[in-house]
This record gives sequence, C-alpha cells and structure tokens, in this order.
Amino acid sequence: MSAKSLFAKVWDEHIVVPESDDHPAVLYIDLHLTHEVTSPQAFSVLRERGLPVRRTDLTLATMDHSTPTLPVRSFKELQVVAEPKAAAQIVKLEQNCAEFGVTLHGFDSEYRGIVHVIGPELGATQPGKTIVCGDSHTSTHGAFGALAFGIGTTEVGHVMATQCLLQRRPKTFAVNFEGQLQHGVTAKDMILALIGKIGVDGGVGHVFEYRGSAIAGLDMEQRMTICNMSIEAGARAGMIAPDDTTIEYLAGRPLVPQGAAWDQAVARWRSLPSDPDAHFDREVTLDVSALRPMVTFGTNPGMVVAIDEAIPERSDANFRKALEYMGVTAGRPLAGHPVNVVFVGSCTNSRLSDLEQAAAVMKGRHVAEGVRMLVVPGSQQVKKAAEARGLDRVFTEAGAEWRESGCSMCLGMNGDTVPSGQLAVSTSNRNFEGRQGKGARTVLASPATAAASALAGSVADPRPYLAN
Amino acid sequence: MEPIKVIRSRTVVLPYDDVDTDQIIPARYLTTTTRDGLGEAAFADWRYDENGEPRPDFELNQPEAAGCQVLVAGNNFGCGSSREHAPWALLDSGILAVISTEIADIFRSNSLKNGLLPVVVDADTHAWLLANPGAEVSIDLAERLVGLPDGRQVAFPIDGFSRYCLMNGIDQLGFLLQQEAEILKFEQNRPWQP
Repeated sequence: MSAKSLFAKVWDEHIVVPESDDHPAVLYIDLHLTHEVTSPQAFSVLRERGLPVRRTDLTLATMDHSTPTLPVRSFKELQVVAEPKAAAQIVKLEQNCAEFGVTLHGFDSEYRGIVHVIGPELGATQPGKTIVCGDSHTSTHGAFGALAFGIGTTEVGHVMATQCLLQRRPKTFAVNFEGQLQHGVTAKDMILALIGKIGVDGGVGHVFEYRGSAIAGLDMEQRMTICNMSIEAGARAGMIAPDDTTIEYLAGRPLVPQGAAWDQAVARWRSLPSDPDAHFDREVTLDVSALRPMVTFGTNPGMVVAIDEAIPERSDANFRKALEYMGVTAGRPLAGHPVNVVFVGSCTNSRLSDLEQAAAVMKGRHVAEGVRMLVVPGSQQVKKAAEARGLDRVFTEAGAEWRESGCSMCLGMNGDTVPSGQLAVSTSNRNFEGRQGKGARTVLASPATAAASALAGSVADPRPYLAN
Repeated sequence: MEPIKVIRSRTVVLPYDDVDTDQIIPARYLTTTTRDGLGEAAFADWRYDENGEPRPDFELNQPEAAGCQVLVAGNNFGCGSSREHAPWALLDSGILAVISTEIADIFRSNSLKNGLLPVVVDADTHAWLLANPGAEVSIDLAERLVGLPDGRQVAFPIDGFSRYCLMNGIDQLGFLLQQEAEILKFEQNRPWQP
C-alpha cells in the first residue's frame, strides 16, 4: 500500500460512497457541533420535511456567538441583558434542542462556552474523527489530528438528517515550522507569519498539515491557536498529527473512551501520523527561531508585519484602501500607534494558557488611562480554572473587565463591540472592516502583545514586560 | 429552488480583492432565525453611511447597477466566515452569479446549495470584465460558458453534480437521504465507533 498522509488516512476511513464524475464522496461525520447562529434554518428544514436528527449522540450544541458575556443565569435574565433578536435566537436554540433531543450546554451548564473551546475540553474532539460545525473556525479541532472544517447552514441540515456530507477530496499542503521560538513569541505569531507569507488565499482548496520541530514543541492550546486560523489562509482545514502531548491532554476528559476502549483508541491514534514518504500537493517551510511578535496593520490577516517592522509601501488600490480604513501610515512600524480597546478572548486565544500569557505581562501593572480592556474566557471551565489561579484578580486589579464565556468582541453580535473609528488590539482571528463593530479598526496579535498594548496605551512589544 | 439554465444580465463590478463575508453581510444581521429578507443587509456597511443613507460612491448604489444580476468581483471573493447568510443576502438583493478569478471554498459550497452561481474565469477575461462594468454577459450553465459582448465564449469549471442539481432545481439533501442503506452499512461495519 502506498504511503498516506494523516489527512488521507482520516478521509479514506470515512468514505461511505466513493466520489465519481457523477457525484462527490459521501463522507461520514463523527461529531457535529452546533450553536445558535447557523442552526435555526437547518432545524426548520428538518421540521418541514418531517426528519429527525439522525444521530443525536454525535451532535453537541452550545451557545456562544450572540450570547451576552454579562452574567446571565436564566432565560428570564437574558431578556433583560440581550438585544431582543439575539435573545430570541438563543431561546430558539433551546427549543430546537429540546424538540430534536440534542444535548445543549446552555446557561445552566458548567460546560457552556465557545464551541471550539468546549469540544476539546470535554474530550469530544479526538484524533481521527471527522468534525464539522456551522462555523469556519472548526479547523481548530484539527490540532488533535481530526479532519475538522466549517460548513454552511444547508450542510448543517445535511449532517443533522444523514450524519453525512457530499464532499470532493481536497488537496494537501505540508506546512513545516522549524526551530525554537524565543521567549514572548507564541503560536499566534507563527500562524500570522504563515498567513503573511502565503496570503489569505494561499490555502484555498487544500488541507494543511502543520509539522516540524516547532509544532512538536507546542502544547495543545497553542496547537489549537495555529489550526484555528487555517481558514484565514483560505484552507478548509489544518491538522497536526497526534503524539504524546495530544494523548496526555485527552486522558481523563469526560467524553473520551474509558478502560480497555481507551487503550484501543490510543493504539489507533498512534497509527494516524503521516507515513514518512507521504505525498503532499504543496509544501512550505518557515524557520521560527528569529520570529518576533506579529501584528496586522490592514484589513485582512495576511497584512501583517513584525511589531517593530515598517508597514510596507504599496500603491495598489486594495492596499491603500486598507491603510486608509485603519488610519495607519506606510513606512512606519505599528509599535507606538495609539490603542483604544484591547480584547483578550475568542476561539483563537481564550484558553487558560492564553489568559496566563496575558496575566504574566500584566501582573502588578495597570491598563493605560483611556484604554478599555476586556478579558473573556473561552468557556465556563476556563473561567473557573482562571479564577482558581487568581488570574481574574490580576486583570481586574489592572483595570480590565472580566466576563462570562462567549465569542464576545471577536464578531460584535452580542453587545460587545468596538466603537466606530477606534482601534482595538485583539487576540481574535479577523481584522476585516467592521468585524468588531461598524467602523472598528482591528489589530490582530497574541495575548502577550495585546496585554502589553493595554499597559502602554499603544501597540507594544510584550518582551520587555516579560523580562522584568 | 428554481432551475437555472442561462443567466443574461449586465454586470456590476466590485473591483476589490479578498471581499470577505463580513462585508457581504455584517455579523449584527446574523441574529435572524430565517433565511428571508436579508437583501437589505447585503454590503450594508459599504452601502450605507452612519445615518443609514446610501453612500453615493459605492459601486452597487450607482443607478446603472440597478437590476444587474451578475457581480464581477476581485480575487478570492467570499473569504472568511462560513455564514450562509452571505449567498442568501446576495440572492435576495437580486444577484444570481458572481464572477472572479478565485472564490473561497465555503462561500462557493454555500452558493451552489442556494442557486447562486460561482463562476471562476481566467485572468485575462477577468481583467476585461473589471475594466468594462455594465457589459452584457450570458452565463450558460449547461454549456459551462460565459458569453461576452464581442461573441467570445469563455469556459468555466463547475462540479458536475452541483450543476445537475442547479439545472434541475433539485436540492442535495434528497440525494443524501437516498444513501440511507449505505450509511447504515457503514455505521455497522466500521472498525470503531465515534
């Protein structure tokens, strides 16, 4: 048998009906994650056609996107806190999950949180699974060696009704990260550097496999940050081969196999890494040894420079339009540019180690006058763990706001927004025009860089703060 | 879904690269629980100023853009979020096809499920279309050809299965439901259970 990549092993094992000229492959889905924003129209289709959710045991729902991050303990309180349409959408999810028998981590669940944080946290995310969700950042789960990708609402309905999707086989793209990161430089800086190198369409039609010594050295949370932003380079998915780090992370989590089944699963997961001579359609290598903290300066994640590097000068209309929107100047570095808002959170950077990274910079210091800082844990479990370590006090004593879990300011559809014209340093994944609120300007960065920028009141390098 | 055969229309040109789905429909419009009436939200932040008035310089607000069913856009159209509200909003605002040199994966997949034609053409044809807003074009789905005003016929790729479904107004869920026996067999015979 010919050598296979991690992707090929997972793909081939999930083919129900092979693809042909006449139709795409019928691909089986092992885990369907769902949330309030992209599911209501899919539930409506099931209702219209009299169909059940075929495998409720492989479906898991939570509320995160339009859910407020102010404390809400009941649906009654929700009506007070949330905008009426958002509240109605959340109530609709509750009704739909009850009607169709889908497990929902709602307001009363200690496991509620951002869908891409709770899947791994619960151990529902496992190597070798196919995982989908009506959300493009489903690529996050690829950090475990799962094939995980975002789908639209029509396809959400397909999976609910049949547990399958119609898919053409994507191409493969090996991304090698080699070398050792310097102190204060993180996975976020690695993935921003990759997108800067290959562009926001560099991965279209492909599934990434991240490999190399710099990936092997990352913990699971940092690996999730990398895979999360695969879609920002246009790739459908990004995968990392499971190893000891993966298995140690999963051991003991609520939804992993138990007893002898655990041993069998681990043996199966050990066979997933790409064979040594596996074929990839494309390949790129980045050395991270000299990598510095990265910040975006434009209106897509590929417009990125090192924090002390000058913004490039280009004359094309797209580029000039982006710089004008951002209010930044070509030829000058972003360091020192005034900041109004700092957001630490989102499915990219809201896990415990992300918050620890920000807290390490902020401990005993104070947010600059006039800067609003919002810290939003990715799940109620992350919130609890952070509070047990006193991180909430580090943030609140520094003058930041500490919230309940949710997508929050990443996409500004839950009450948390950046005002028009203001500039936010954000640990989220998209700096598109208006992403964080109409007219908002976004600089993407790591939690450490975001924290340093909050202290300085301007875009700032975290390394001096970490050295003292 | 209405069957699609040939679309004939003047083009409206949005000459920017990497137009993301947050521009096609901003997130604040995603609190809806239906798929109807999203046309008003299409390109809302580019279309309207802070007072809700139409911006006179926005391409789709030009008088000659009225009634155009074919949008010509820069490279990598529809990148970003998986929100299917993006094709829903475009269709509801009267756009039936998007022509570009590259269309992002999830947006393309969502468009094909809803009868919005994603049409990828070569760089030369694209450059001509960008330079000639308002050109009268035809998009023939059966022949997979874009017809230009000078008589040129330019081929475009489209997945055969999606094309068949679009031409016959069939939704893809029906095909998947017919695979039930195969799906059951797969579930019973696989070496491990998720």
